[in-house]
Amino acid sequence: MSADLRDLYQEMVLDHGRHPRNLRSMDNATAQSVGFNPLCGDKLTLFLRYENDRLVDASFQGSGCAISTASASLLTETVQGKTRREVEELIATFLEMLTGSGAADAEKLGKLMVLEGVREFPVRVKCATLSWRTLEAAMRGGAKEVTTE
Amino acid sequence: MATKVMTKYDVDRIRADFPLLELQVRGKPLVYLDNAATTQKPRQVIDALSRYYSAGNANIHRGVHYLSEQATAAYEAVRAQAAAFVGAADPAEIVFVRGTTEAINLVAQSYGRSTLAPGDEIVLTTLEHHSNIVPWQMLCEQTGAVLRVAPIDDTGTVILEAYEQLLGPRTRIVAFAHVSNALGTVNPVREMVRLAKEHGAIVLVDGAQAAAHTRIDVRALGCDFYTVSGHKVFGPTGTGFLYGKRALLEAMPPYQGGGDMIASVSFEKTTYNHLPHKFEAGTPHISGVIGLGAAMTYMQEVGMELVAGHEEDLRQYATEQVGALAGVRLIGTARHKAAVVGFVVDGVHAHDVGTILDQEGVAVRAGHHCAQPVMERFGVPATVRASFALYNTRREVDVLVQALRRVQEIFR
Repeated sequence: MSADLRDLYQEMVLDHGRHPRNLRSMDNATAQSVGFNPLCGDKLTLFLRYENDRLVDASFQGSGCAISTASASLLTETVQGKTRREVEELIATFLEMLTGSGAADAEKLGKLMVLEGVREFPVRVKCATLSWRTLEAAMRGGAKEVTTE
Repeated sequence: MATKVMTKYDVDRIRADFPLLELQVRGKPLVYLDNAATTQKPRQVIDALSRYYSAGNANIHRGVHYLSEQATAAYEAVRAQAAAFVGAADPAEIVFVRGTTEAINLVAQSYGRSTLAPGDEIVLTTLEHHSNIVPWQMLCEQTGAVLRVAPIDDTGTVILEAYEQLLGPRTRIVAFAHVSNALGTVNPVREMVRLAKEHGAIVLVDGAQAAAHTRIDVRALGCDFYTVSGHKVFGPTGTGFLYGKRALLEAMPPYQGGGDMIASVSFEKTTYNHLPHKFEAGTPHISGVIGLGAAMTYMQEVGMELVAGHEEDLRQYATEQVGALAGVRLIGTARHKAAVVGFVVDGVHAHDVGTILDQEGVAVRAGHHCAQPVMERFGVPATVRASFALYNTRREVDVLVQALRRVQEIFR
């Protein structure tokens, strides 16, 4: 396998792609949003539950490629228990890792760093950002459906 | 290739005509299996474009000078060639357009909009590319006509009995692909046209995926309209043509207004030009059409019968080899197919397959192929599609299969 490919499909990415965490709908969600990638037809629904200012639960439904599924799965794990402000910061840092020009903030991103390799595959960046753009929309409570285009 | 008609298929000789096939991609020799999206161009086409701009460029149908006369003659010669290419009787039945999408929109907006009434029916099939769905949906919104869709079976074959049942006294237009882009299914065009004609419908056949692989004969097929995409038959992008029966084209209103499509203009009354110029407003893609002419000459010299034989061999070999991989499911197994092999890999999304194949230098299409109803029919979000052309080889199929093993290794 080429080095780039090994960076893209790290063990943790494959694991989350195969066995996504928090893949379920949520009856008592306080916010939800649908993300759509018209290029590949991938669609996911993200559910969030806030208690006061804290995100106490996050889950998703939908199917996609290994990258988009792993990214959504990791998202639902990492945002749990965070305040609104902390989630907003995490979104910005994550998007900066994949679409920005600087070095990724490994300290803030933690295990989300496994998705850093996607940078080297420009056509796949949208797969990794889909759930995060959807999270952004759900937090704003605005758009019913976001697309990667 | 020498301008001699081939008697025996020599794929190495053909490959030598396509400069792009010598590329290395990601350090590997390119294996180009995305021909249903667009084909590569032979040197003969590239040279024709270059020659036109170096020594023949002028606007057509208006100049009195030498270059304009030459360019007009070259452009109109391709029209005659296109007519012969699809077996049309009359070059005036050929309208140059940007591609099959524009050809279908032209028919929908000109023929359809001027003839359809509320409650009239347009019959399509589940196999269609979005470009043979959306223009008709737009037409339905404009006229109050209704879409009816003929289903396909589990092999990706149109269910003829169901198709026949959809046809009725309100059927005005029937439109379907000659060859499905996502699955490769070859439709029984003659039979489908015959059935539509029993109800007096006009029939448009979308030939985008057929013309690079088989000889077209619109008169034998019996259709009223046939569309050809230039860039899918080794010609330049932004080219293509619509064949239409003369009587229909004569009766149809213009599609776009502008220069070249008029006989005379005054603010009181404009008279439209005669066929086919009535449908070609503005300066057309002259160089592209001339390049398309070179592409059709090239195909003729190679010989479409030989191409069809070569591609059928590739299709069978690829179907066997890819189909034999455990954990790979073929999507589209109709009895009559063009050289398109669609499949899904268990537990691996098509985009992940595509990315890994790309690292091995193998270019395929991964996605919904602008045919979302087909994906829905098979219950998959996306498929991988390997589509072959006259320059592909069995060895390239082997590289594809090897790369698919690599996919399975990574996702084990």
